[in-house]
Amino acid sequence: MTKKKNLFQILVDDRHRARTISYTMVIAAYIIVEAMLRSGNLSNLFINLLVPVTCYMVAAIGLNLNVGVSGELNLGQAGFMAIGAFSGICLSGFFADTIPAVPRLMLAILFGALLTALMGFLIGIPVLKLQGDYLAIVTLAFGEIVKNLIMNLYVGFDRTGLKVSFVQQTFTLEEGGRILLNGPMGSTSTQKISTFTAGMILVIIALAIVYNLLYSRHGRAIMAARDNRIAAESVGISVSRTKMLAFVVSASLAGAAGVLYGLNYSTLIVSKFDFNTSILILVYVVLGGLGNINGTLIATVILFLLPEMLRSLQAYRMLIYAVILILIMLITNNQSLRAGLQSLRNRGKKDE
Amino acid sequence: MRFLSYLMSGLGLGSVYAIIALGYTMVYGIAKMLNFAHGDIIMIGAYVSFFALTRFGLPVLAAVPAAMAVCTVLGVLIERMAYKPLRQATSLSVLITAIGVSYFLQNAAQILWSSSTKVFPAVISNGALQLGELSISYLTLVTILTCVVVMVCLTLFINHTKTGSAMRACAEDKGAAMLMGINVNRIISLTFAIGSALAAIAAILLCASYPQVFPTLGSMPGIKAFTAAVFGGIGSIPGAFVGGLLLGIIEILSRAYISTQLSDAIVFGVLVVVLLIKPTGILGRKLSEKV
Amino acid sequence: MKKFFSKLLAAGVCTVMAVSLAACGGSGSSDSKPAETAAVEEEESTAIVIGCSGPLTGDAATYGVAVQNGANMAVDELNEKGGIQFKFVMEDDVNDAEKAVSAYGSLKDQGMQISLLTVTSTPAAAIAPTYQEEKTFALTPSASSPSVTFHDGVNQVDPFGNIFQMCFSDPGQGQGSAAYIATHPELGTKVAIIYKNDDNYSTGIYDTFKAQAAQDNLEIVYEGAFSGTANDFTVQLQAAQDKGADLVFLPIYYQPASLILNQANAMGYAPTFFGVDGMDGILTLEGFDTSLAEGVYLLTPFNADGQDDLTRTFTARYKMHYNETPNQFAADAYDCIFALAQACEAAGITNDMSNEEICQKLVEQFKTMEFTGLTGTGMVWDENGVVNKVPHAMVIKNGSYVGVDD
Repeated sequence: MTKKKNLFQILVDDRHRARTISYTMVIAAYIIVEAMLRSGNLSNLFINLLVPVTCYMVAAIGLNLNVGVSGELNLGQAGFMAIGAFSGICLSGFFADTIPAVPRLMLAILFGALLTALMGFLIGIPVLKLQGDYLAIVTLAFGEIVKNLIMNLYVGFDRTGLKVSFVQQTFTLEEGGRILLNGPMGSTSTQKISTFTAGMILVIIALAIVYNLLYSRHGRAIMAARDNRIAAESVGISVSRTKMLAFVVSASLAGAAGVLYGLNYSTLIVSKFDFNTSILILVYVVLGGLGNINGTLIATVILFLLPEMLRSLQAYRMLIYAVILILIMLITNNQSLRAGLQSLRNRGKKDE
Repeated sequence: MRFLSYLMSGLGLGSVYAIIALGYTMVYGIAKMLNFAHGDIIMIGAYVSFFALTRFGLPVLAAVPAAMAVCTVLGVLIERMAYKPLRQATSLSVLITAIGVSYFLQNAAQILWSSSTKVFPAVISNGALQLGELSISYLTLVTILTCVVVMVCLTLFINHTKTGSAMRACAEDKGAAMLMGINVNRIISLTFAIGSALAAIAAILLCASYPQVFPTLGSMPGIKAFTAAVFGGIGSIPGAFVGGLLLGIIEILSRAYISTQLSDAIVFGVLVVVLLIKPTGILGRKLSEKV
Repeated sequence: MKKFFSKLLAAGVCTVMAVSLAACGGSGSSDSKPAETAAVEEEESTAIVIGCSGPLTGDAATYGVAVQNGANMAVDELNEKGGIQFKFVMEDDVNDAEKAVSAYGSLKDQGMQISLLTVTSTPAAAIAPTYQEEKTFALTPSASSPSVTFHDGVNQVDPFGNIFQMCFSDPGQGQGSAAYIATHPELGTKVAIIYKNDDNYSTGIYDTFKAQAAQDNLEIVYEGAFSGTANDFTVQLQAAQDKGADLVFLPIYYQPASLILNQANAMGYAPTFFGVDGMDGILTLEGFDTSLAEGVYLLTPFNADGQDDLTRTFTARYKMHYNETPNQFAADAYDCIFALAQACEAAGITNDMSNEEICQKLVEQFKTMEFTGLTGTGMVWDENGVVNKVPHAMVIKNGSYVGVDD
């Protein structure tokens, strides 16, 4: 039986170390950036990157729960971001004159997250019946379907209320009405209400949700189901339920990230959330290490900033980015390097 | 009659998907990896045949082997440099590497050949075969025929040659194949070579129907063909053939009879439904769960 | 393994964060350093910095690269001539709103004083409000949607005021085309439209074309949309043919248009094709069989085969520098720089003025000045920033544009 530990011991406890590091890292980063921002030490380029990087961090944390912890390859995370983004934009646009910015942003994120959770649940029912690469392709398919459907959605409102049409814009708006979502053209003249602070708070919330889930009974069940489905089932874990839990939480985090993203730009088109964006987030997760939340955070920041920092190379920057991507994969999977790390680790253990 | 003519153009498009899907499915069957850079090999094949036809003035029958040769070398080179060191790595690491290779090829093409679109010269005469009221363009005929020939040759090769059975052995169990004295690395390289050569053929057929060459040319057909491969059951050669044809037909028919705007949603919707009914694709093998 | 990594992380975390922050910080940036030193040098040489973002990579890169080339050529010519010196900086936005916003940040870091906004409409609409807030003057070469110059682009009200367009605005083209077709029934009376529904440019023209057509009692028998990188138009063409359309209106760029011409030809369908300025470039598409474009009508401000001196020298120099035939994007960008130079000269702009001051003076200039360049003579701008130049109908004969007399 374990002894009772005091708070400090809990914080540095091995099991919780990753969590402590996460929070410290995010809060420290926030303080540093905020200090630089206030003292005017940040370049304009970087200021404009603050909100999107937090969006990708949240979406990537969610995806890591799905891909890393639950072990299901999801190629449709951008589809969930799209659902969140456009539901958030519509809600925020509808209440633009009635609710002030901060509560409206909170409301929009909550609404977007809940709606995507519901969509995640509905999509999860068929998706999670499949396994392996077939599951991956179906998530890709759903991502494309969601994108294609939103692309044909028209939403507007006027004094008489909300108007929606599909494929063709069939409604007419009265004087003073506004179109919120204009089919393939996406949203226009959205009020930009996302802030870096809101983004960082969302990252903390996402971390809290994921860590609490991981360290709970459900989290262990999810990992057990990943490592051996049959063994997990034989000890009474409902594999489909645990997988669904991970899938829905992952989706709703992507939705929340989408809302934040959508409300950060005055125009947004649906094709932004295509297969390439899903892949982008997947790259953050894999490079950060599957199941490793801290790795995800760091990888997202570095890989998101990398193409921006390579701007001076112009057309060559994406070439360099590709080469760096391949090299990281080759180096981290290098057998002799791994063996070296292993022996280092063993030596470290002996010392302890 | 209109329906039949749509069906024929669906078959034509489907044949191109099928040839590309063969590349995906073979690599998947043997190397167990999703080669996302396959679409970009098609792009390279398109550029090579474009330059062969226009800058060097080669006839079509010489441009095809030229493109095939370049793509084969490139495919094997990529496999050796980027994928081979990752044999022991997780499938996700390999996937990300493949994506890196895909970015690399696209951007290299843009730097080398500029991003402006080039128009592929007409390689097959514009006429059409008249069967009563139905007219089928020669292009569609050639495309379908090529696909059938490729399919038959590949099946014969896999089932009736020594190398073919070595490939099947690798697909079944790499460890056991190695113990039987099969050089697994050589077989994997060969798979990439064949897949890339097929990509070159697909490139020429694709560009003959849609005569445009640009650096991101391969991404959309790549994704569609990947879908087709899964549709038919990934890893299965007849599956890729059936999946490709069906996907092409569904795409054209849904565009013609339902909506041009919603065709992507319909194609992927059908895929979801098929996978729910047959979780490993139309001709895929049942997954056995090992305890 | 996990334990080791978490240790490694703990050590690495702060370093990584600090490094990435420092690298992006204003002062210690390795990336912005050359730009800064360059800016310092330029300050001494009193050059005015003109910035622009556009797709230099990705699907739409061909437009961005053309603008970059055209603008660079114009700046070089102006600087050689003496007078006000300019410096042109271009950032990649991959035709994406997110990247356009970060590109804007990077441009500001490089000391941008005047802007060519963006090359394409979607990122332009995303960044335009920022230009208004931060009071920087922008003259876009090619972002033609009304949502670039108006807060409410759909109803064209509430203009930004400091954003001007060099290209035709989309509604102008749609109206012009419909009116032209309605008054020339010999071209065709049953109209089919094939447009790209996820493109600001295409839908903008499509909407106003339809409105004008309704007014002029022009019969539209078929409307077909496509999106993304669609490359098969047989279904749309088949439907148009079945509905008896004898004129197909193509408010799209020349790359998909070339496919449409090709597929229509293969089908044996030969209506009159009517394009807009995006159609320009079709004749110089590498490898394109120009006989397919025979008899195609289009409204275009620029023609690389034009025989006037300005166009001839421009085309020759462009070919020499970049080994390609210039398209309208390059010509628009070239005109933008010369128009800005003319306005700066007239307003007495110097590089030590604030962006706001420059913006105010240039807005006044552009509302009153008249400019003649490659893409039009006697161009003037209204108070909303929309250019007023007359679109000229051209028809393609023997592989080159021939003006059509009204």
